[in-house]
Amino acid sequence: MNQVTLEIPYEIPVDAHNPVEPFLRMDRMPHIWCPGCGIGTTVNCFTRALLDSKANLDKVAVVSGIGCTGRVAGYANLDSFHTTHGRALPFATGLKLANPELQVVVYSGDGDLFAIGGNHFIHAARRNMDLKVICVNNLTYAMTGGQTAPTTPDHVISATSPYGVFEPSFNLVALAEAAGASYVARWTTYHVKQLSRSMEEVLSKKGFCFIEVLSPCPTLYQRRNKMGDGLDAMKFYKQVSKIRHGAPTSECALTKSGEIVVGKFVDRDRPDYLELLRGQMTESLGDRYAEPEVSCSC
Amino acid sequence: MAKGFVAITVERCKGCGFCVEFCPTHVLALSSAFNSKGYHAPHVVAGEKCSGCDLCGMYCPDFAIFGARYAR
Repeated sequence: MNQVTLEIPYEIPVDAHNPVEPFLRMDRMPHIWCPGCGIGTTVNCFTRALLDSKANLDKVAVVSGIGCTGRVAGYANLDSFHTTHGRALPFATGLKLANPELQVVVYSGDGDLFAIGGNHFIHAARRNMDLKVICVNNLTYAMTGGQTAPTTPDHVISATSPYGVFEPSFNLVALAEAAGASYVARWTTYHVKQLSRSMEEVLSKKGFCFIEVLSPCPTLYQRRNKMGDGLDAMKFYKQVSKIRHGAPTSECALTKSGEIVVGKFVDRDRPDYLELLRGQMTESLGDRYAEPEVSCSC
Repeated sequence: MAKGFVAITVERCKGCGFCVEFCPTHVLALSSAFNSKGYHAPHVVAGEKCSGCDLCGMYCPDFAIFGARYAR
């Protein structure tokens, strides 16, 4: 697509290009996300984090499940895998074990990671698999039409709860901490700089890292609840979010219109799965244990 | 003289207005013109104030805008 600009009163250098473009499959653009959706903003932050961390892009793999956020794998110009519903984490676990050199980033939505794949999430966190999980939380099942998800807060109107949600919802950061994640943070799409720094931080951290990103869903979540469009959601995040690093995650539950606590909640060092595996094998087998050789055609 | 510039790919824009709202120096405004999909893309109203911080580029969910500083 040619760069078309309106009434520019100054010059644009001819070699200027959008820094996000080398990381995207530009032939797939424009993407399918709705106007005002925040997933694209999180992708911007992720690409800035990759740029700043100077990661070797041949060694970065993006794994997504199904859903609106699951499309990220299709748009990222990296080694990317669009897996079956909820199974992004088991797939990523296999990928990491088969090729431990890879930096595996799981980029998926709340429905995929916590509803359909909830079981996989707690076990990947328990084992402390060296995976970086970025969960874009739009508080609903967006791609299928806005049904009640495990993250939908109280009193919210959704396609399957016309009188309001009455079930208690998941507090994702508390769940991740309790299951054993090494790094837990929450940001919103309003906090782009902090989010990008957080993503950069997890790219150099060992162990299971979890970043929850709250994102607007104007078409399905906000429309039913008369919460305006994407921009209104961003202003709402700006207004109600409070940065509290190290806050106890149990106090960070999300409500429909209450305060949103953001920040880095957990940053601890635990031995990861591969380290424990090697330790056990060396202890039991001694010299007989040899690391399997990884042959990679790349 | 502006320190930086913004470049807008009008045809990719979906008119969400994030860049207009969060530009720290208020360089942009939504245009009254339509693009071919029927959205109002932003346009530059105060180009001389642009610092090239690229915050518009970080916010844009459609990868349709970015800012950069001029090489000195």
